[in-house]
Amino acid sequence: MLFQSILFYTFSAVLVGAALGVVFFKNPIHSVMCLVLAFFQSAMLWLLIEVEFLAIVLVLVYVGAVMVLFLFVIMMLEVNVEAVKRGLTRYAPLAAAIALLMAIELVQLIWFRGDATGASGSFAATPEGYDNTKALGSVLYTEHVYAFEIAAVILLLAIVAAITLTMRKRPGLKVQDISKQVAVRAKDRVRIVKMDAEKKS
Amino acid sequence: MKQMIADGVEFFFGWLPEWMQYVTSTTIAILIVMIGVILVVAFSTYFERKVIGSMQARVGPNRVGPLGLGQPFADVIKLLIKEIVIPAKSSRFLFVIAPLLSLVPALAAWAVMPLHPGFVIADINAGLLYVLALTSVGVYGVILAGWATNSKYALLGAMRSAAQIVAYEIAMGFALVGVLMAGGSLNLGVIVNAQSGGFLNWFLIPLFPLFIVYWVSGVAETNRAPFDVAEGESEIVAGFHVEYSGVAFALFFLAEYANMVLISGLTAIFFLGGWASPFEGWTFLNGTALAFLAAPSFVWLFAKICFFMYSFFWYRATFPRYRYDQIMRLGWKVFIPVTIIWIAVEGVMAWARIGPWAGLS
Repeated sequence: MLFQSILFYTFSAVLVGAALGVVFFKNPIHSVMCLVLAFFQSAMLWLLIEVEFLAIVLVLVYVGAVMVLFLFVIMMLEVNVEAVKRGLTRYAPLAAAIALLMAIELVQLIWFRGDATGASGSFAATPEGYDNTKALGSVLYTEHVYAFEIAAVILLLAIVAAITLTMRKRPGLKVQDISKQVAVRAKDRVRIVKMDAEKKS
Repeated sequence: MKQMIADGVEFFFGWLPEWMQYVTSTTIAILIVMIGVILVVAFSTYFERKVIGSMQARVGPNRVGPLGLGQPFADVIKLLIKEIVIPAKSSRFLFVIAPLLSLVPALAAWAVMPLHPGFVIADINAGLLYVLALTSVGVYGVILAGWATNSKYALLGAMRSAAQIVAYEIAMGFALVGVLMAGGSLNLGVIVNAQSGGFLNWFLIPLFPLFIVYWVSGVAETNRAPFDVAEGESEIVAGFHVEYSGVAFALFFLAEYANMVLISGLTAIFFLGGWASPFEGWTFLNGTALAFLAAPSFVWLFAKICFFMYSFFWYRATFPRYRYDQIMRLGWKVFIPVTIIWIAVEGVMAWARIGPWAGLS
């Protein structure tokens, strides 16, 4: 148990440090890398309470895909560091208010749960052979199947909408038809003519 | 094998407390796997040069040691004693850490690989997800290297690589959804066991389209020819590692080859039955000198990895480089629809209780 506590506090300390780094680093790329670290640390914390599916999916989706796209976009943009720094002081009161609100909600939630269950926050270890993924899947595809499907449809809609909004057709653009190219056979293009060797006269 | 290590540790370190014995035996297992992987990586560079040499009617390396077998070590020593140049306008910390970020995931994924019946370092239930997560993290090394170098060529290489890996990762993930449906588990050991009983039980046969998608995406994910636009030496010099020299370059090199071995191993495990023997159940071999052929063992996995490594080199010697927009088209418009269709086919067949998926309820 002591070992787990040490791990918990180490991961949490790095997580808080990384989160502060996201805000305070001047270079946006460094901020993004801190955010990646923060995601990783929260995945580690989830692993500590044995929710391996959610932890690995967090790494897979956020670290592996979302943050890569983030980096991609930030590298492409020419970010004006001075303007970003001015923005930090300007929006600080608003940000502080939002953070305070979130903190109050979290504390309330923890308070409420502590009262209701009487548990001191320690999680019961899952029994041997318990498969997190299977349990989640069986709930998601039976009890909550409609909510799940509706969420999927909304996401699909969002993708289609984003593509239609950003798609532009330039007039006079020459595009290859790849299936046409692949379907080309040699005899369509080349005519082989057989002829006898010419005789010297 | 794992039991052997544990017994050995108990014999020599029996006086240690139990958890330290456990730590010792796990460390030994990790060391064995790591040294094995690094040796395979070192000799696959030699293998590559020999294979491509013979395909181009040349001899290949033959100066260092017998048959040129010392060549990998000579290369390593050469790279180790070269100077590391760090560009003045680069982002120093990220420049140094980028090669490590690309190497570590490639090695860490071996933790869940079932190498021999009963031998796997960490037998975790979400093994397949773990592998997917780690292969997707590997892209950071390339992107950061390209950005930290502060060079246009490197940035172009990084951008190409990022777009390519994000595109092909989706196809890979979907192909693995098919594998986990067929195997009925995310645990790699269970997936291998589901394919035991001769080569007719391998997932290669029922999941053939997914196998093709996974393998080609794997080649694209490792930035190997014909998908090596991230390096593209004829267009952008060397892509993301233009400015890297010495050991830093060696780490990128090592990461690329470690990723190739990893993808080969994963393809073997997911579609070719991993350590399972193709001749399992050929009872007439019993009692003859060939009985070992029917037994599942590490040798089979190694043979399959060698075959896929050979394929990597074969493609490099055979195919011209893909054009960038064609790579994107192949990933998004061909592979992803193919995988989605095949997952649907699999679902329908499982529902109708046809084929190896009848076990799914």
